[in-house]
Amino acid sequence: MLKVGILALQGAVREHAASLKRCGVEAVEVKAADDLKGLDGLILPGGESTTMRRLIDTYDLMKPLKQFVSLDRPVFGTCAGLILLAERIAGSDACHIGMMNITVERNSFGRQVNSFEAPLNIKDVGRSFPGVFIRAPHISEAGAGVEVMCEYEGRIVMARQNNLLGCAFHPELTGDQRVMSYFVKMVREAFSARPKN
Amino acid sequence: MGDSKVGTVVVKRGMAEMQKGGVIMDVVNAEQAKIAEAAGAVAVMALERVPSDIRKAGGVARMADPTIIEEVMKAVSIPVMAKARIGHITEARILEAMGVDYIDESEVLTPADEEFHLLKSSYTVPFVCGCRDLGEAARRIGEGASMLRTKGEPGTGNIVEAVRHMRKVNAQVRRVVNMSEDELMTEAKLLGAPYEVLLEIKKLGRLPVVNFAAGGVATPADAALMMELGADGVFVGSGIFKSENPALFAKAIVEATTNFRDYKLLAEISKGLGTPMTGLEIASLAPADRMQDRGW
Repeated sequence: MLKVGILALQGAVREHAASLKRCGVEAVEVKAADDLKGLDGLILPGGESTTMRRLIDTYDLMKPLKQFVSLDRPVFGTCAGLILLAERIAGSDACHIGMMNITVERNSFGRQVNSFEAPLNIKDVGRSFPGVFIRAPHISEAGAGVEVMCEYEGRIVMARQNNLLGCAFHPELTGDQRVMSYFVKMVREAFSARPKN
Repeated sequence: MGDSKVGTVVVKRGMAEMQKGGVIMDVVNAEQAKIAEAAGAVAVMALERVPSDIRKAGGVARMADPTIIEEVMKAVSIPVMAKARIGHITEARILEAMGVDYIDESEVLTPADEEFHLLKSSYTVPFVCGCRDLGEAARRIGEGASMLRTKGEPGTGNIVEAVRHMRKVNAQVRRVVNMSEDELMTEAKLLGAPYEVLLEIKKLGRLPVVNFAAGGVATPADAALMMELGADGVFVGSGIFKSENPALFAKAIVEATTNFRDYKLLAEISKGLGTPMTGLEIASLAPADRMQDRGW
């Protein structure tokens, strides 16, 4: 069975685990560097990116996470996880894992009272996907090698760069499995393409 | 925005789901809010006074001065919560109009209505409410609360009441989940709980919203204990900024909440934290000073 880790420092871990299980994939909580061993893919969940970053530093997880991303195993960041993946964060000189060639703007749809649901049309995933945006960021610039998969009101809200997938909304809070199935397919394909020893 | 909907149940409950495993800290100014954010808080609660000072001051405790809330909202990028009095429709609407991210309809403040809580489903902003048992939890969910917390006994630095409330709610949830469906209506009557909420709990196998610990968390070990007992996260009121070294204390509480079963780590982070806030024995409180008995 394929094994996909979920960075479990804080945030919507339970929902992603349930969604992975529905796809027939084993979900593994990642709290320490050792937990990354033997994973076929990784999810960076939603939560508070500043909190997750502090905990990543406290547990010396930054280097192991960057190493994992450089293995070319699929990594999926949702909301805060998308912010962790971005190479550039608007209004800040620093980034976190910073390996996806995009610029993100945090809280770009406003505060919680502006959080919303809207149907999305997502390339290679389908139409009318229930987009749940919670104090969501958006991708203000997609650099070379990045494929835009979804825009909402002229803002990029989902993109892929090789084995990195990121979205500004929360597919894990819906019963709709299409986005997770798309990611699991990426994991399966990457697994099959790996040299067997 | 064409097809978009704000203030839906998914968006309001989802916001609380994103806070899971985190610590929400009481702050009274921008400087404290920045310390909390730097320590890894998932949100801050902007207040005029922390609960232990509200106890000391006595009199009527109300919604904070909007100046303080605005100051905190400008200082940090994490969500900002604020408290409204139980049943105070207008305080809640003011906080919503200010763009506060979450409202705590809180027994820490003096209730404005001794009969009715807010109809929280009619607001765009989500609410958190306190509970001591499943009946109270289910009534608040029925009114539209998107997040729960134990009431505990605020401002005492004494964890005993939060433990009681967390254990009680979880035991009652387990009971409902294991009941046969034809027993639920009677259970609803006995608990004073809306039937539909109990049905939802039975179907999900858990509460439909997150339940944090609050009211008496004073040390990293207290925070870890509440996580052990099944809390989804922790509110720390007076504990942090009434301690000797708030920055260190805040950081330790965050780490304890994440790794609540790593006892060696808990020992390390509990070292040299200085004196925690002074605690109060619950039995020493006069009935009128028991904040948990406010609300129904």
